Amino acid sequence: MKLLKLVPDNTNFRFLRLRNFAIGISVLLMIASLILVGTRGLNYGVDFIGGQMIRATFTQTKEAPVSELRHQIGALGYGEPTIQRFGQENQISIRMKLPEGADKNPELANIMADKITASLKSNHKDVRVDGVDSVSGKVSSELFSTGIISLLAAMIAISIYIWVRFEWQFGAGAIFALVHDVTLTFGLFSLTQMEFDLNIIAALLTIIGYSLNDTIVVYDRIRENLMKYRKMEVPALLDLSVNETLSRTVMTSLTILMPLSILVLFGPNVIFGFAVAMAFGIFVGTYSSIYMAAPFLIWLKVRADSFVPVNEGNDDNAARMQEGYGAVV
Amino acid sequence: MSDFTKPRIWFLNAILLVGILFSLPSLLPQKIHDQIPSFLPSKTINLGLDLAGGSHILLEADPAEVITIRLEQMEDSVRSAMRKAEPRIAIENISRAGNKLSFVVTDPSQVDAAREAVLPLMGSASGGRDYELSVVDGNKMILTPTQQSISDSIDNAMDSAKDVIDRRINALGTLEPTIIREGSERIVVQAPGLADPEALKRLIGKTAKLEFKLVDENADPAETAQGKARVGSQILPYPSNPSGTPVIAVRRLGGIGGDRLTGAQQGFDSQSNEPVVNISFDTEGGRKFADMTTKNTGKLFAIILDGQVISAPRINEPIRGGQSQISGSFTVESANDLAIALNSGALPVELKVVEERSVGPDLGADSIKKGVLAALIGTTAVLFFMLLTYGRFGVYANLALVLNVFLILGVMAMIGSTLTLPGIAGFVLTIGAAVDANVLINERIREEQRRGRKIIAAIENGYKEASRAIFDANITNVIAGVLLFAFGSGPVRGFAVVLIIGIITSVFTAVTITRMWVSFWLKRNRPTELVI
Repeated sequence: MKLLKLVPDNTNFRFLRLRNFAIGISVLLMIASLILVGTRGLNYGVDFIGGQMIRATFTQTKEAPVSELRHQIGALGYGEPTIQRFGQENQISIRMKLPEGADKNPELANIMADKITASLKSNHKDVRVDGVDSVSGKVSSELFSTGIISLLAAMIAISIYIWVRFEWQFGAGAIFALVHDVTLTFGLFSLTQMEFDLNIIAALLTIIGYSLNDTIVVYDRIRENLMKYRKMEVPALLDLSVNETLSRTVMTSLTILMPLSILVLFGPNVIFGFAVAMAFGIFVGTYSSIYMAAPFLIWLKVRADSFVPVNEGNDDNAARMQEGYGAVV
Repeated sequence: MSDFTKPRIWFLNAILLVGILFSLPSLLPQKIHDQIPSFLPSKTINLGLDLAGGSHILLEADPAEVITIRLEQMEDSVRSAMRKAEPRIAIENISRAGNKLSFVVTDPSQVDAAREAVLPLMGSASGGRDYELSVVDGNKMILTPTQQSISDSIDNAMDSAKDVIDRRINALGTLEPTIIREGSERIVVQAPGLADPEALKRLIGKTAKLEFKLVDENADPAETAQGKARVGSQILPYPSNPSGTPVIAVRRLGGIGGDRLTGAQQGFDSQSNEPVVNISFDTEGGRKFADMTTKNTGKLFAIILDGQVISAPRINEPIRGGQSQISGSFTVESANDLAIALNSGALPVELKVVEERSVGPDLGADSIKKGVLAALIGTTAVLFFMLLTYGRFGVYANLALVLNVFLILGVMAMIGSTLTLPGIAGFVLTIGAAVDANVLINERIREEQRRGRKIIAAIENGYKEASRAIFDANITNVIAGVLLFAFGSGPVRGFAVVLIIGIITSVFTAVTITRMWVSFWLKRNRPTELVI
């Protein structure tokens, strides 16, 4: 039986030749993302800024009466609601910022949500309330800070691990790649103004996890090749390592993008943003492993010596490698 | 490949078997699930509210309020201690400002006597002192609650509040609520299947309300049974009525509210030795109670809890001194429960709703349906692709992948964790990691083969070399998972749990188990050609 091979044997793309161009573009994109987030901001969900969101479906009408609703809810005195369709024409979400005085009385968000739900139900017989989220300012700021703290803590701990297991250059390269992935994803959310909520933090963490997987596979090969081909120029060695792991990269990215694209296309509306973030992140993460994490090692002057302990002779390490153990790290 | 000794193989298979057994209850339809023999695991995975539908409410108490209540109680006891002292000690300028109780002993020569009167009031349950006592300017006494006593009070108040909520929600019957204290002053209430949080909030919003009212002894029993009350009376449910009618008529006016209670404890009646609840009133309540019992000696009075009569004893003699007893066919436990409920009623920490989330059953069901569909299509595509790419080794990887799903579900059911929507994302990621591990191994075997190694050496090297990268990649993900669990909240934690479980099971199935199968194949078939 002839098996499928996505990447032919002995491919030799000179990926790293484009490194300055690629990094240039990436840095530009990162700056653009930061500017976007700074000026346009993120469309934070109620998880992070408080307020309420109600999801509702109109079971009898084809199209939700948006302008009528805006009028009715506006009349409650909490200001104009943000009403959006999601999924079908008859499904909407109604968002409302925290009412005034909510910092003193945390229950106001909840009372507002109750009033809006009551108004919906009394004005529209066919409305089905699918979900209500109401979050007070105190809780939302806690959710935001725990989200960000967990994100940062995860990134830092991971880098420390890589530093210990590999070398400090690798740790720095990995964190650079992670920052790149996270920044670009933030940029995407700022650009599209998709809702940024707690689930997106989970998606970002998934992206970090995946991108890291990818980076480590490439790094592992670089480490191995550094010990094997001690005379080779570092850029060429990086190219070789990326090429050697390319079939794995393509295969894995494809197999993980398959279930994700299904989630984007057919998944529940509630996790659309989540699925988009993941798919985007996987793509960016794969790219960053090759074009961010690897070239970083050139600048940080990684050499074959990096993995040779000072006190031990090279012959000893060569012997260990022959046995397939890898060098003493 | 010789390291697969018989005991090791048995051990590995046993793990797989246990994992599958634990996962089955969650996967089998309810009908079959009901017939699982009792010696097999029957716990199913909890679905989070975002999937099952239901309500989540986060309640928060204001600690300042608890301190105020404590100071008020202390003020009451100080006043009554001074009044009871012989001779009576006059005090003035009582103030609760600055979270401490201060007062001036009018006659400076009585300061020592006042100190003697106050000291016995300051003990706490744990034996230590609740308050610091200091005397300034000769005759001004200041009682400052200790930090420990404040946090104890908050803790007690929250525990009582949790019990009240528990009782109340359980009164609804069909729900299986989760009520958890979170931090020092929060309570989370989760009620799966209850899409209308209004009902939940109405239930929690009330405090345990105790009332004492006179029974309307002139009411016609037949009319009472039909629910017809006379003017000035009302019909209340009385499930344990000795007459057999589950209702009783009570006078509307002239009752006393339980808001005058200062404490309740389970005890025993000195004569009948039956379990009772001893309650004590504050000064005002004690006076009213004495008044009511003096005027109505010989009559029946109803003890009403949350609008339901729990007993209607006869007033044998006037009850003075602010102490009373509630009797009425209690067991030690039920008397204790009532005491707990009354205590929380007496200490009404107002709980505010600071977060509310509800998901309608339709939305949850829709999420599951589409999520499962997406997962099925995605997994099928992956399985197909792996088979096409790696042939026999793809089959092994695919079998390992399916076992991995069983194991994740099995472990989740075993430790009773909850599957949420972000949890499903964690699932997708670990499936990805599992596939990746096999891809890494198989690609490596191909590579080793290209380098001209013999079959066994190629496979062995493939596993060995790939394992290093697999190990590093997965450890970093576990580190991330642990930190997420430690720092994250809600959905992030749900994600972290599945991630940690999934990483461990995926390495187990994708590396160890496939290797076992491969070694079987090598031993049995002694292949001369390796197609991968």
